[in-house]
Amino acid sequence: MTLLSARGLGLRFGAITALADVDVDLWQGEVLAIVGESGSGKTTLLNVLSGRVTPDAGHVFYTDPDGAEHDVHAMPSPALRTLHRSDWGFVHQDPRQNLRMNVSAGGNVGERLMARGARHYANIRTEAIDWLTQVEIDASRVDDLPRTFSGGMLQRLQIARTLVTHPRLVFMDEPTGGLDVSVQARLLDLIRTLVARLGIAAVLVTHDIAVARLLAHRIAVMQRGRIVETGLTDQVLDDPQHAYTQLLVSSVLQA
Amino acid sequence: MTKGETPSREFVMAGEGPPPTTLPQVVGGPPARTMTEKEGRSLMLRTEGLAKTFTLHLRGGMQLPVLTGIDLAVHAGECIVLSGPSGAGKSTLMRSLYGNYRAEAGRILIRHNGEMVDIASAEPRIVLAVRRETLGYVSQFLRVVPRVSTLDIVADELITRGRDPAEAAALLSRLNIPRRLHDIPPATFSGGEQQRVNLARGFIAKHPILLLDEPTASLDAENREVVVEMIREAKQKGTAIVAICHDAEVRDAIADRLFPLTPAREAA
Repeated sequence: MTLLSARGLGLRFGAITALADVDVDLWQGEVLAIVGESGSGKTTLLNVLSGRVTPDAGHVFYTDPDGAEHDVHAMPSPALRTLHRSDWGFVHQDPRQNLRMNVSAGGNVGERLMARGARHYANIRTEAIDWLTQVEIDASRVDDLPRTFSGGMLQRLQIARTLVTHPRLVFMDEPTGGLDVSVQARLLDLIRTLVARLGIAAVLVTHDIAVARLLAHRIAVMQRGRIVETGLTDQVLDDPQHAYTQLLVSSVLQA
Repeated sequence: MTKGETPSREFVMAGEGPPPTTLPQVVGGPPARTMTEKEGRSLMLRTEGLAKTFTLHLRGGMQLPVLTGIDLAVHAGECIVLSGPSGAGKSTLMRSLYGNYRAEAGRILIRHNGEMVDIASAEPRIVLAVRRETLGYVSQFLRVVPRVSTLDIVADELITRGRDPAEAAALLSRLNIPRRLHDIPPATFSGGEQQRVNLARGFIAKHPILLLDEPTASLDAENREVVVEMIREAKQKGTAIVAICHDAEVRDAIADRLFPLTPAREAA
């Protein structure tokens, strides 16, 4: 049974085709990377899959833990919001989009637990500290405001805030974009470990093929709003079939 | 596997030859994955009409035929060494067997949990399950996540299989990676040390089928001997092995059979 399944997605912005004939299947515990250059429709696809943007054509179906299937774009908005607060998580490229900058680090993590119904203050604080430690933020920083954090710390705080409710499905938009290379490696290892340990399924948008290789089980390559190639990560990267994928893979600088 | 289980209906076992005489039947009784004669005993991997051509779109769609009509069969406890000059397609065949390269034609049947699975046509998540449980691949070069310690790289294979991670340190030490290096990421290691970390990671999972690409290429004589011994032990436990190995001495020590490959003719 797929966790998330999209069929025939299409979306146009005026004369521009943002998505055309896109099908996506995601299984439980599976990490799917969407790669392609800027403007290929990666982020649009992520926003459509997560119900944040409504497509002109096609459907996205989500199977909940009870096995019931929901048409994401036909759900009443309160139900979709509940989904985003419980079963789902969203990691933005800019952590400031997700974090509350005038609330303490611990509060940022605890808030999501409270939104899900947790009320016992001491428990919430303990769990928040536990998650800060898991993302390698020192427990002594629990009461500090995020604005005192570095970019890498902010991104790790966003990840703690997202994963604290144990979502089944996480959407990630360039989670390591805009970070120093040294910080990237650490964050990638963290994401990889947490996702594997918690058995989380993820849709990951990245323009960085190395990131996709490290984190994803499968890759979908996008060009001009279409998925031109999809398969096992190492297959697509080591034996690309489509002309565009061959160009993409051969253009990467070898470090 | 229970007796009642039926073999995959796609896979025809009749006509399979008897198992090779080199089968280590004396060592510790029959292998754990006992199969009856009827089920095509001990056949672990088989290709049927496997072909692979590369199409280079950035070179005007140039076609590079590398493999055609490959029929390879590997049984439990047997080591097949792919032979042939550079460019004959040894690495391409090995990568195709792992599902890393996509087969253009033919089937690649892998005995996975008692059934023959065609990984040339299987869904990605099936291929991943086959790799996790059945099919191991030791490439020539170590590819790891930056900043992860050597010990964790190897122990991770045990943890994901629910086994005791303590074995990792022992195997690294056996491969002459001293304890003081275990906590360091292998990025700064020499080529030979990296290869031994890679071998430790590949062998510790104890896959029933192992693909080894030049397992001793950058090793000194002492470490070559350790690896040859590890390969022998794996064979005795019933592991089916396909290897690429240019070192004649190592090849003679591990190979039960050679599988010769010849360079495919250039397309006219």
